[in-house]
Amino acid sequence: MKARVFVTLKNGVLDPQGKAIGHALNGLGFGAVGEVRQGKVIDLELSETNETKARAALKDMCEKLLANTVIEKYEIELKA
Amino acid sequence: MKSAVIVFPASNCDRDAAVALEQMTGKKPHMIWHQDTELPEVDLVVLPGGFSYGDYLRCGAMASQSAVMRAVKAHADKGGAVLGICNGFQVLTETHLLPGALMRNADLKFVCRPVTMNVEETQNVFTRRYANGQVVTFPVAHGEGNYYADEETLNRLEGEGRVVFRYAAGQNPNGSSRNIAGILSEKRNVLGLMPHPERVVDPLLGGTDGRGMFESLIETLS
Repeated sequence: MKARVFVTLKNGVLDPQGKAIGHALNGLGFGAVGEVRQGKVIDLELSETNETKARAALKDMCEKLLANTVIEKYEIELKA
Repeated sequence: MKSAVIVFPASNCDRDAAVALEQMTGKKPHMIWHQDTELPEVDLVVLPGGFSYGDYLRCGAMASQSAVMRAVKAHADKGGAVLGICNGFQVLTETHLLPGALMRNADLKFVCRPVTMNVEETQNVFTRRYANGQVVTFPVAHGEGNYYADEETLNRLEGEGRVVFRYAAGQNPNGSSRNIAGILSEKRNVLGLMPHPERVVDPLLGGTDGRGMFESLIETLS
């Protein structure tokens, strides 16, 4: 089973990199760009075949290592 | 005072810390590799500055999972003193020995210069030899020293007298919440700070404001 984990900053946490990207896009003439938030994508391969178990394990991984829940939130996407 | 300096792959202030400790205590500290599972009998553990594990994932995230950190945690849980400097502070927050997180500097620039701070708390083993409110100058050298915690945590840190170092007005180099430069754990035996006290213990190296921290530790822990 394959999984994709999205790690992004929580709402309200300042994201200077996202801001800089937004400024750069505006500078390139993409005037429609407002706020930009930057995050991480982590792809994992799992030997687990049970979706419920895989999801529980991924949640544990996010809480323990993949995300710093003080500042970040995460989303898990599973692909068979 | 017996001390240990933890060495992670890509620590780069471990030798600075060792030189300062030896100069101040007269004893060489134990240098402990990140894969070691036990600490020798020591009074103080120092987590040095650097870029442990190449800052992979997040600064301090990989180091927080290393074997030696379980021993450091046990040392702290027993009330042993732990000092985390720069990357060491990041490791302490990732290990949850200290609250909050250290984020990318607000202006995205790596900052490397002396900064002026106020010593706001002296009721602890790290700063008792300073005067309350004393102004000190330590160098900083970091790209991710922007201290963040939610409002409730910040209020608690201030209410419990755990903000030990605060950047002086107009000196905040990284956008840290409430100008916080260094904080204590609840039991006051763990200190994390971004500036480098170990780089200012010798006048030849540009200052001696950091000596007070080592003198405080020696006075309490010897």
